Amino acid sequence: MLKYSIKRILQSIVTVFIVITVVFLLMRLLPVEGYYGERADKLTDAQKEAILRKHGLLDPWYVQLKNFYSSLFKGDLGNSIIYRRDVPVVDILKPKIPYSFGFGIASLILSLIIGLSMGIHMAREKGGFWDNVWSAFVVFINAVPAAVYLLFIQMYVTSITKLPILFTKGNFVSYILPTVSMSLGGAAGYAMWMRRYMVDELNKDYIKLARAKGMPNKDIMVSHVMRNAFVPMAQYLPSSVLLTISGSIYIESLYSIPGMGGLLVDVIQRQDNTLVQALVLIYSVLGIFGLFLGDILMAVFDPRIRLEKEGGAR
Amino acid sequence: MTRKELQTLTAIEDDALFTFAQYDPEAAEKTGYSDYSYWKSTFRIFFKNKTALLLLAIMVLLVVFTVIQPYLPNQKDPTKIHIDPATGHQLRNHPPSKEFWFGTNVIGQDLWARIWSGTRTSLLIAIIVGIWEVVFGIFIGALWGYVRQLDALITEIYNVINNIPNTILLTLLAYIMRPSFKTMVIAMCLTGWLGMARFVRNQIVIIRDREYNLASRCLGTPTWRIITKNVLPYLVSVIVMRIALSIPGTIGWEVFLTYIGLGLPIETPSLGNLLNEGRRVMMSSHLRYQLIFPAVVLSIITVSFYVLGNAFADAADPRNHY
Repeated sequence: MLKYSIKRILQSIVTVFIVITVVFLLMRLLPVEGYYGERADKLTDAQKEAILRKHGLLDPWYVQLKNFYSSLFKGDLGNSIIYRRDVPVVDILKPKIPYSFGFGIASLILSLIIGLSMGIHMAREKGGFWDNVWSAFVVFINAVPAAVYLLFIQMYVTSITKLPILFTKGNFVSYILPTVSMSLGGAAGYAMWMRRYMVDELNKDYIKLARAKGMPNKDIMVSHVMRNAFVPMAQYLPSSVLLTISGSIYIESLYSIPGMGGLLVDVIQRQDNTLVQALVLIYSVLGIFGLFLGDILMAVFDPRIRLEKEGGAR
Repeated sequence: MTRKELQTLTAIEDDALFTFAQYDPEAAEKTGYSDYSYWKSTFRIFFKNKTALLLLAIMVLLVVFTVIQPYLPNQKDPTKIHIDPATGHQLRNHPPSKEFWFGTNVIGQDLWARIWSGTRTSLLIAIIVGIWEVVFGIFIGALWGYVRQLDALITEIYNVINNIPNTILLTLLAYIMRPSFKTMVIAMCLTGWLGMARFVRNQIVIIRDREYNLASRCLGTPTWRIITKNVLPYLVSVIVMRIALSIPGTIGWEVFLTYIGLGLPIETPSLGNLLNEGRRVMMSSHLRYQLIFPAVVLSIITVSFYVLGNAFADAADPRNHY
């Protein structure tokens, strides 16, 4: 396992460099008109050239890439070009990350609690009344687009429960609705898969044997069915935890939370290269690390899984 | 058996029961024969599920209707802007009526025609991307999961493609070629298979070293045969479920892309465009029909696929066969 982990981590470092280099080059393929900002038609050609020169966009691409990497190794992510002109990228991201991370983690925990218990209940009552009730919830969340049901929740639930309609820092009551509505999608997903995996597991012969020899139903559920059913979900857990910092684009715009949601999309469209690179660096490190941790977690949950090659394995 | 039955049994003195049976090669053959066929049994169980059959019928009707709708009499052009003859202006936000069954939108286009045209576009995208996802995603996922020599390489490819933001690819594609149906399908196919590949890979990693696969390896079964005969059949139920979710998932993705401004151009009606238009006017309750109608169509598609997927996944478990 240790040898495998070291190999994976070394490989991941290479991957991160490939990703940021590719993204760097792709951003340079975009039309230069994007860098002039909103008042592009009022600028003279000399002013336009000055803007491009200032951001080093007139150099050949390999010089730009070299400059980017030399400042990256000094720990300098650069200044924002357009989003908030000349403000260091670190200063832009630092206040935003805690919001997204906090809401993300809270809603992830909530959706795990709701989703898993719902899924377990559905699997136990398969074909019964509660199975249909929770299925209706899962289907509803999946069927109605998130952009629509989140807006309806904000409109109606705030008027019924008198919860604040917008997020205010320090006012904990205003944290409830964004967290709950953010967790609904995840809860539906976890419930759906937990049910599927448990239903498949419950049908297996070893469960029938355990039943036949009189093992209490609760023990069968907890130590056999749930543990096996959770393994495929464990793979996604670390990525979900780490990538909560990317925020939710819908929730954060609806409740005006100053987080990271939609920031990447926004800065790509406005061609703020330094900010794009910084975000891609962060997200790719977390995403790649999340995949790796997921594999480890899966092997921890199910010791039969061997990640490294041994013996005659293919 | 009750005591009485036992007594009656012993009371019968049937000598025929105590004679040796003759060897009959045909009868011996019969015991080894079974007409069990996995897919036949799966479909038989599936077609016993009444809810699933109903939803299947609704789905088929919906698909057939979206295809033949433009050829029906009295259908309007989805992009034609209707003019109010009384005022000479655009027929804005006309509520549902005999003339315009689902009303008109903010610039006076017929919503009925737009919804079916949009469903056609979105379903076509979803089906193309879905088929690609299934074929390519399962293929790559199976290799990624089972063949350890390929693990490092495919992990690398997955991580690189997965971490390049979709937005950049879509923006670039829209810049190189005009944003259209084609760019949308290409962009979605480029990254759409990743989720399926990772899903299949995780499932295979879990079962790849189970004893029956070990036994097959010891007997020298080729890798490809183990994947297609041992591993994938074991995963039919979860993979079917994942496939069933991929078509509504693709439509939802298109809605999301439209939301962030990277969807199909406005001239091409799609469910994403329609929902986005509807979402903008949903605050005024008399215009909410513009959101409800496309949302209902999308819901029918999603609900049907979800229930069908679950029913098929249940039917696919051979332990439920008899």
